[in-house]
Parts: sequence; structure tokens; C-alpha cells
Amino acid sequence: MNKPINQSGWKPGTPVASDGSEHPTVTGNKALMLEEALIFEIGGTETCGVDLPETPTDLPSRLGDFARTDGTGLPGLSEPETVRHYTRLSRQNYGIDLGFFPLGSCTMKHNPRLNEKVARMPGFADVHPMQPTDTVQGALGVMNELAHWLIELTGMRGVAMSPKAGAHGELCGILCIRAALEARGDARKVVLVPESAHGTNPATAAFAGYATEDIPANKDGRVDLEALKERLGPDVAAVMITNPNTCGLFERDMKAISDAVHEAGGFVYCDGANFNAIMGRVKPGDLGVDAMHINLHKTFSTPHGGGGPGSGPVVLSEALSPFGPLPFTARTDDGYIHLVEEENADEYDHTRAFGRMTAFHGQMGMFSRALTYILSHGADGLRTAAGDAVLNANYILRQLEGEFDAPFAASGPCMHEALFSDEGFAEGFSTLDLAKGLIDEGFHPMTMYFPLVVHGAMLIEPTETESKDGIDQFIMAMKSLGKRAKEGDEALKSAPHHAPRARLDEAQAARKPRLSWTQDEG
Amino acid sequence: MRYLPLTETDRTAMLDAIGASSVDALFTDVPSDLYLNGPIEGLPLHATEMAVEKHMRKLSKQNLAAADAAFFLGAGAYKHHVPATVDHLIQRGEFLTAYTPYQPEIAQGTLQMLFEFQTQVANLYGCAIANASLYDGSTACWEAVAMAARVTRKKRHVLSGALHPHYAEVVRTMAKFTEDEIAGAKVSLTARPDDDGLIARIDENTASVVVQYPDILGRIPDLQKIADAAHAVGAKLIVVNTEPVALGALEAPGNLGADIVVGEGQALGVGLQFGGPYLGLFAISDPKMVRQMPGRLCGETTDADGKRGFVLTLSTREQHIRREKATSNICTNSGLCALAFSIHMTLLGDKGLKGLAAENHRLACIAADRLSKVPGVTVLNDHFFNEFTLIFDADARQLVRDLAEQNILAGVSLGRLFPNDDCNGLIVAVTETTTVEDIETLAAALEEKLS
Repeated sequence: MNKPINQSGWKPGTPVASDGSEHPTVTGNKALMLEEALIFEIGGTETCGVDLPETPTDLPSRLGDFARTDGTGLPGLSEPETVRHYTRLSRQNYGIDLGFFPLGSCTMKHNPRLNEKVARMPGFADVHPMQPTDTVQGALGVMNELAHWLIELTGMRGVAMSPKAGAHGELCGILCIRAALEARGDARKVVLVPESAHGTNPATAAFAGYATEDIPANKDGRVDLEALKERLGPDVAAVMITNPNTCGLFERDMKAISDAVHEAGGFVYCDGANFNAIMGRVKPGDLGVDAMHINLHKTFSTPHGGGGPGSGPVVLSEALSPFGPLPFTARTDDGYIHLVEEENADEYDHTRAFGRMTAFHGQMGMFSRALTYILSHGADGLRTAAGDAVLNANYILRQLEGEFDAPFAASGPCMHEALFSDEGFAEGFSTLDLAKGLIDEGFHPMTMYFPLVVHGAMLIEPTETESKDGIDQFIMAMKSLGKRAKEGDEALKSAPHHAPRARLDEAQAARKPRLSWTQDEG
Repeated sequence: MRYLPLTETDRTAMLDAIGASSVDALFTDVPSDLYLNGPIEGLPLHATEMAVEKHMRKLSKQNLAAADAAFFLGAGAYKHHVPATVDHLIQRGEFLTAYTPYQPEIAQGTLQMLFEFQTQVANLYGCAIANASLYDGSTACWEAVAMAARVTRKKRHVLSGALHPHYAEVVRTMAKFTEDEIAGAKVSLTARPDDDGLIARIDENTASVVVQYPDILGRIPDLQKIADAAHAVGAKLIVVNTEPVALGALEAPGNLGADIVVGEGQALGVGLQFGGPYLGLFAISDPKMVRQMPGRLCGETTDADGKRGFVLTLSTREQHIRREKATSNICTNSGLCALAFSIHMTLLGDKGLKGLAAENHRLACIAADRLSKVPGVTVLNDHFFNEFTLIFDADARQLVRDLAEQNILAGVSLGRLFPNDDCNGLIVAVTETTTVEDIETLAAALEEKLS
């Protein structure tokens, strides 16, 4: 049964723990930085911020014996309290609108507001997925037009639009591969994954029923082609490669890798997380890739939203396209766009689809945003954006390689991201300390401790939407923090000092999980 | 280009600083015969904001928006009124353009919201713990099945025939590859769900029983009875809910013996959006199962100064730590949709949710009464919340297409949902946005078409 609400004794004006700063306040607030209690402490079950019709309570019901006996116990807030609650919460967040996210492998670029405006047009936002096809030609048109761009940009044959995120796309691609192998009666058991891969790669392979094995890397941070060739054989279903890879390098031997994998009867999966670096510069299809997911929330600027929703369409080669999941769109010569689902798959010669990844058709709200972005840039703008992203990353690499150890600085130009290690930091000082110091300097930390092939990895991806001045300021901050980490500046170990919270005790959170609010709070 | 801050002067200065002759020279690792020396041919070049907006508006106008029709579609996606406050708040850049909250000191906004969201979902479902959301209801349904297999160490799953067919298809698709056995059934068009038939299919090898509440036809199964039968053989009951507003009126599945409750949260705050992005809800009754849960979890802790704060926790379950041994390959949640849901739920509170549910049910009863008066039409359901199934002789699929020409979106036909089962009928959903005039419009159109 549900817990009663607001039994903790908290009231507005109750002082919260002071932070020991020089000028404490009784409320715990600090001018524009306002502390905000939980809705369970400020709302009540009698409050409602929505005006509803006065529905009589004595009407005959058709609920049978299943009417709810308890309430949900959930508090409501009036509209002004709601606006204030979430506005205050928002101000405790860092976002792209505020500053720089140098997050390797995450491509946190500017989110244009035109995308948001378009996604809210009634013809996209207020349309039900099961409306008759005649009434949603525009929505299907967006899917079809976006699919065309994705296929052209990647040099592939088909695209599965429905996957809901990058990892979901990976799963879709690997399942296409498994379906294609099964169709020829070939039950291969192993997927090869480089050590530097995202954790989703081995997890995906495992969920698709495969054992995973590591592909060794050579000293320059790329796949060891000879070692890979040696491992290939009749038991290898696929190789999952990230290109550009998570060390920020382009896999020079990609074509040779693909040829070798194909010759051994396997397929090449490419993790498209880093496609931003090469869009309009080279087509993965030309490199022999069979399946690749595209993160619309990275490469094509749809918002991360504090952790989703993403969108991960999967482009497929000639060999894999027949196995792509339902539904998909098909345009006939008369210009009409058909939605191909379970019921009409045979009409479109798509009876070999491996199944369905999700209810309905995928992330329409992300399709309209991504297409808006793509049309804004055009073929020329996308190519320029990739160039600027790579230029920004190389600029950071060369400006910082004197201050930080850059294990692959000699491996040629980097692509979209630059990788550094914690070598030379004073005893007891870590990448985490430096990252928390970056918070005080007004930046979001870089990707830390990934990839695993470098000790105390710091992976920095500037994207093309950072200005030179902004990057220069970041470089200045990094140099200062690098010095402090090498000199053993104790203040760094307790950073951040200026954030809404000091370092949080993550060990305590895991040891004694408190995952929902209960009345013994406070 | 308006999204690119670098000027030609900047580019020249930066190339000088790194000792490169041109941007193209940074791509020397790309095989020169495959390198694209200019924009891909046959694709349009960059365009102004005005031109792009115009193009997209044209596409948008080629759809019939729900608000411009007499609208009765449900079947897993519902049209509810979303207060303006919700969309305003989710567009604040600090929410919209934030990253996953891996750096908690500067992500307390997202994290506190997720903690509140998890509590809201757990209370709504009558469960102990909810996660920070999954992609959508259908994928959450599969994750629940996979979790039940892990917890029970069995691989047979019994699906109700009245589970949303897309959900069943997602489960079947994934189970093929994990070698779980899926025992499905055809949907049967009866006034009440065939709970006994479902129970009869549960055996000693059963890991989970999956039942939708209310089900795809709008009927309400007896969860406690099914739970008792499942628990008797050590199986887990997974309850799927696609309409969270229903739980303002119907008993929470967690109070009726459900072990895992999953669902679609789209109805609150998110909007229709042609099917996505949506919001997967996932909750469990027994806190001891938490380490087998998929997806992100937010937990409470304190900071170095002793202040309360929130972090993502128990991440050793997840792919970025455990790689191939993770509980799921999922790497995200549906953060912004969770925020929209949470704001809408905060505006409603318990009182508002009950009121909203009552209004939905009232209008649905009016619709059922009126539509059952149309000659040749019967309402299948004994019980329903805001969605029920109409049975008549004409082909519902074609009827829906015909009525769309009159700006009536009459519902979802069984023919479209169950193309292989040869069943005919129309699922009609009614919400607070439905007017008595809309109901009359649909009734009159049916009278005309079916006479």
C-alpha cells in the first residue's frame, strides 16, 4: 500500500544543512542558486495544478470489481509551484545551452531550436501511429526522406528506422546478421569486438546469443589486422568495429578488415557512434560495412534530454537488407508511401524480416528533428561540419599534448576526439579529480576511464559547434588543471567547490539503495 | 552556416597551430580512392531556416492531426490533454540539452527529477521500486520477460492472447535469439478475458506469465487469480499497462500480485508523436530483485558536506561496467519523456489523476451506450476503463479508411492489429479530449455506413 505524503516535518523556511561557506544563509539558498525540496515534501494529495471537469462521483461504473481501493498517495502541486519546482531543478543542471561538453564518443553538439519547432508541428506531434496510411503521408514522407539521406550518406542499401536508441540499433544490426547466417544454415557462435569498444557492443552480442572475443590492437591504437585475420574462421559471425574508433583514430585498414571478414563468411558491424567525424567525407558502405547504427541524438543534433530519448536507425548492406525488421516505408512509382507491416510484408518481398524491434514505427519525434537538421546543413554543410569537428579535435590534441600524455599522438591526425592518459599525475591524484576540477572551471567533464586500453583515460570530443575562443578557454583550463594534478594540489581532491553539490557519495548510494521516497525521509 | 562558429580566419589559424595544410589533410588515414572530395552528388545543399521550415511545414500538412478530427484511436497510444506548462518546462535548455547525469554534482536537476519520477511510477503501479524508464512499453515488456528468465532460471513464458500484438511480436522476436520459449495464444473475442484459459497454460517450467491490464480489447483481467496460479508454480506475473491514466481508477497491479509491472507512459505528458519517442515504465514488487533489473536507477545519497543529493546507482548491472555480463544492453533511458510524464503527474497529483480517470470513464460509458444503439453494433466488453471493442459485420479495416475521409478517425481495427488471425472488430478509445459531439459524429457515421 502507498505511503502517506509529507510526514517528514519539512516546511518552507526549514534551514537545510549549511555548506560551511564563509557567508551561510538560513535557507541554504545562495542568491540565484535555490535549494529545492522534493515534491513529496512540498505537495499534497489535495492539491491539483490542472482544472478538470467536475465529474460526478456517483455514476454507474463499468470497472467491475477492479476499482482502485487506495490512492496513489502522490502529491500534486499548483501550476505556479510546478513551474518554480522544475525551473529551480533545471538550474542545478549543466546543459549544452550553457557550456561545453567535451564528451568523447558522445558528440554533444548544439541542438538547434528550429528542430524543436518542427517536431511540434501538429502534423508530426499530434498524429497517432495507427491512423490510416492516407492520413499520414507527411509523417511517412519524413521517414522516407530521412531514410534516403541516411542511405546516401553511408553508401548502403537499406535502413531499419525503428530502433529506439544506439544500443537498440546495435541489437537490430546484429540480429540482421544472425538472421542472414541462419538463412544459409550457418550457425556461427562468435562475435569479435575490440578492447576499445563501447560496453554496449559485447552486451549486444551476448543478448543476440553470441560469445564475444577480444580483437587485439596494435601499438598505434588500431585493430591489429594480422591478428584479426588469424582469428577469423568458420565460427566467426561478425566483427564489431567502431570507426573512427574510440581512441579517436580512423581504422586505416578498414577495407582490408572487411574483405578478410567477408572472405571468411562473416559480416562487418560498425558502431556508428563516431559517424560525425566522417559524414560526407567517406561512406561506410565503401569500406565494406554490412550494418551500422546511426545515433540521431549525436550526429544529427536531436537533444540528449538528460538521458534519452535517442534514436538509432540502422543502415544495411545489400546482403542484410532483406532481413531488416518491420515496419518500414516503401515509396511506389506513383509517389505514394506505403507502410510495410506484418500484414503486407509479402507484397513488398520482405518475408525474411527477422521480426519487430518495437511497437509502432520508431522515434518519429527524432526523425523530424534530424531531417530538419540535415536539410539545414545540406550535403555541403554536413561535410564541412565533419571537417570542423576533426579540426577542433586536432587543435586540442596538439595544444594539450605537451601538458598531458597522449598515447596515440604519433599515430597521425586524430578524428573527432583526442585521447589522453593520467600519466605523470602526482601520487593519489586521478582523472576523476581533474574532471571534478573542470566542473569548477565551468565545463562539463570529459569522458573518463574510457576506452579501457589507456590508463586513466580522458577522451575529449569538441564537436564542430564549439568556437575557437571557447576551445582556447577550455585548453587554458585543462593546462592549469594538468599542472595542479602533477603538482599534487590538495584542493583538487575535494573539487568541485562551486557546484550545487560537493562530491557525492556513490558508494553509499550503492551499499544502501534508496530508490524511492518514503516517509522516513528527512 | 549558422550552426558552425569557426570562421575561415579561425580555420587558418588552427591549421597553422597544428601544422596541417588543409582540413582535407587531416583525413589522410581515409583511403584516397574512397575519400569524397566534395559534397555527395544528388543531395540538396544547405538551406536557410525559413526554407527548411517551409519544407517541413508542407510535409506536416500532409497529415491529418488528431485535433482536427473526431478521434477515437488508442491501442497503446492515447490522446490526452497535456498542460502547456509541461512542454514549456521540458524545453528549458538545462533539461533539453543536458547529458546523461553521470556527473551528479552538475546534474542534480535531472537526478532529483528521476528520483521523483521513480517514486511516482512505483506508487502508480503499487510496486516497491521503479527504474528511470526504458525506451517504450513494448521493449520494457521484453526486458521484463528476460528478467523473469534470469530470476527464475526458467525459459518458458506464457503470453495472454490479449496482449498488444506489437508487444507480443517484440517478445517473440527477441526470444528467438535468446532461445526462450514463448507460449502464445490467439485473441478470443469474448466479453471477459479468458483468465482460466491463460491459467491452464501455466506449468512447472513457466518463468513468467504476461498479461495486459486493461487488455488490448479494453477488458479487465482478474490479476489476483492469475498471480496465485503463477506463484503456485514459482512463475512471475508480469503485468503490462499501456494506459497509465487507467490506474487512477483501477486497482494497482502491484496490489494484485504482480511481480513486475511494465507499461507505456506516453499518455501522461508525452503526446502521440506518431508512435515515438515514448516512455517505457518498469517496476518491481520485491526490492530483493533490484540487482536483476535492467536500465538506469537513481538513488539518494549525501555529498561531502552532508547535503542530500542524488546519483545514478547500482550501475554494476549495466553494460558500460559489465559488458557482456550486463543485465541488458540498454545504455539510455527516455529522460525527457520521463520528465514530461513526471511534470504532468506532479500537476495532477492523486486528486487530479482520480479526477482525470473518472472523466475518461464517464465519457467512455457515454460512448459505449451511444454506439451500442447503432443497428448492427454491439459492445464486446462487460468491463472497460476508457477503451472498448465494437463488433459488427462490415470490414472494420475498410470502414476506418472510409471514415477517415470524413475526418473521423474511428479507432484501431482488429484486422490491422491481428492481420493473421482473421478477426474483425474496432477498438475505440475515449479520453477527456473526446466530446459528446465527437461521439455523436462517430455514431451517425456508423449508422450511415452500416445501414
